[in-house]
Amino acid sequence: MKLYEFVAKQLFRKYGIATPEGEVADTPESAAQIAGRLGRAVIKAQVLTGGRGKAGGIAPVTQSNALETAKRILGMSIRGLQVRKLLVEEDKSPEKELYLGITIDRGKRRPVLIASRLGGVDIEEAARKAPGSIIRTHIDPLAGLFDYQVRTVSRRLGTDVGDVAFRLYRLFIERDCTLAEINPLGVVADGSLCALDAKITVDDSALFRQPFMEEESGSPEAIAKKHGMSYVALDGNIGCIVNGAGLAMASMDLIKGFGGEPANFMDVRGGAGAEDVADALSIVTSNPNVRAVLVNIFGGITRCDEIAVGIRDFRRRMDIRLPVVVRLTGTGEAEARRLLLSTGVIAADSSEDGARQVVALAHQP
Amino acid sequence: MAQGRWWLLLISRDTRVIVQGMTGKAGSFQARQMLEFGTNIVAGVSPGRGGEEVHGVPVFDSVEEGVAETGADASVIFVPARSAADALFEADDAGIGLVVCITEGVPVKDTMRVCRYFEGRARLIGPNCPGITVPGECKIGIMPNGIHLPGRVGVVSRSGTLTYELVELLTRNGIGQSTSIGIGGDPVPGMSFLDALSLFEKDEKTDAVLLVGEIGGTSEEDAAGFIHKMSKPVIAYVVGITAPPEKTMGHAGAIISGRSGTAQDKIYALEKGGAMIASGPGDVVEKVKRTLAKN
Repeated sequence: MKLYEFVAKQLFRKYGIATPEGEVADTPESAAQIAGRLGRAVIKAQVLTGGRGKAGGIAPVTQSNALETAKRILGMSIRGLQVRKLLVEEDKSPEKELYLGITIDRGKRRPVLIASRLGGVDIEEAARKAPGSIIRTHIDPLAGLFDYQVRTVSRRLGTDVGDVAFRLYRLFIERDCTLAEINPLGVVADGSLCALDAKITVDDSALFRQPFMEEESGSPEAIAKKHGMSYVALDGNIGCIVNGAGLAMASMDLIKGFGGEPANFMDVRGGAGAEDVADALSIVTSNPNVRAVLVNIFGGITRCDEIAVGIRDFRRRMDIRLPVVVRLTGTGEAEARRLLLSTGVIAADSSEDGARQVVALAHQP
Repeated sequence: MAQGRWWLLLISRDTRVIVQGMTGKAGSFQARQMLEFGTNIVAGVSPGRGGEEVHGVPVFDSVEEGVAETGADASVIFVPARSAADALFEADDAGIGLVVCITEGVPVKDTMRVCRYFEGRARLIGPNCPGITVPGECKIGIMPNGIHLPGRVGVVSRSGTLTYELVELLTRNGIGQSTSIGIGGDPVPGMSFLDALSLFEKDEKTDAVLLVGEIGGTSEEDAAGFIHKMSKPVIAYVVGITAPPEKTMGHAGAIISGRSGTAQDKIYALEKGGAMIASGPGDVVEKVKRTLAKN
């Protein structure tokens, strides 16, 4: 789960990492009021995506243009996300901008501290343009970050970041982060360090022990999650319902290979029953772009006959005309075929066959 | 590990298996499936339930007791995510040599700590994985019974149902498997593709390897460099070409972060490393068939 910048900065302050003084506003008037109090200020759109600066979602303001700027940014949408909150902060004008972040090196199975003199830019960009500027230090997840490691990083960086690095690591570990990033970490006039931006991603698997509030929303993603399924909306017109993430991605790729475009990713997970499939169908078909649906189930713990009952009941209840191609194999397969015989769904006998048929149906005028 | 046979791939019919979390719903159901497969399950472990029996197998309060009483050398874990790491540490401390963690949703911090603790000690497969199966010998995990056929193709995959689908397709086409390993869909896995390829290279029962990858991380790329050094052919199939960036595709580890972890990168690296790339399940069967015919 990604945290908003203002939430991440609250967390920074809790862990003793300095941030600019600032407040959150959700109306232009309150934003202007805060800016007036701060003097030289920056207004920053609070959305969970990168590229805010390039999109014009971050702007320095004066007393005279604060209201107008806040109004403009609150009306924006950045990469499809509506700006509903602003962070209004004092403008720190740092002398130097560094990068300091901790993430997980999946291959080495350890956290890695990354530092760079080239703060303020995308770290992947910096790594490509000037690979020598990136300092990487792997951290033993049992022993923690050592003094000597931080000394070495500070020496190579030319700035003592020891205190901030230790605080950031403590936050990273205690709050189950997969990313804790300060970019830029500003060196301000008096030589002190200040986290000018904050990016934190918390491990979804650790939310049971991390008291972060999940974003409440009625999005198909959120509804699917509530049902123990995983859904990701895409741009195409072929709905997909599959058990297992790997098989789901394989099905989407096959659809693409036959010239179609998947409308979504959906993994209904092992052991799904009749009601789960009906829920999955209603989530997938709630997308108005969907012209045909592929259900691809490899039965094991998931019983094909249960899935068939779900499809049959959904079609009876909803009276949908949408063509549905079903490929069921494994436990309860024969019974499933019998159940679906009179329902008008189209049977497929392999993943490839299912993908081919559903693409043809979606292309029909 | 059981003597004499475990050089094949980690397990055999002599492997003595403990089921941690056997009194739970999934643990008890899957223990029965494993018993029906022919796996030698010698003990279950559930704290506070020592002295009970599940499917005729004795349950102990701790792994240590289970090992002392039965000589178990492998363990499979079905305990809930919040206590999975504890169960893993317990297995390693009790001297278990191979631990398969089925549990999904283990925090990645816990897995990193477990991997560090296991270094030079127990071998870990998973978490969030379907386990390992040697057809006709032993199954530790949750792969369905009845889809495997003894043979000479090693299978290693990050997926569950996609693995079952491919294994079943191979079987239906008369192509048997030496060992199938699901390394799991988490960001930080115990066994990596590279580990599995090294094992298959050494395994006398394996003639060719099928590697099934997906978006996220660099496990496929890390293994690609090893393929050149192998004497055995590798067929690779990577899914997630249609996956958008920054979205988790079901598996916690299946996410394209920034510019890294795309299916295209993985396919490129694997092909450069000398693997044959399959475009879909049907093509996997064709390529494996052709490879075996050449050998």
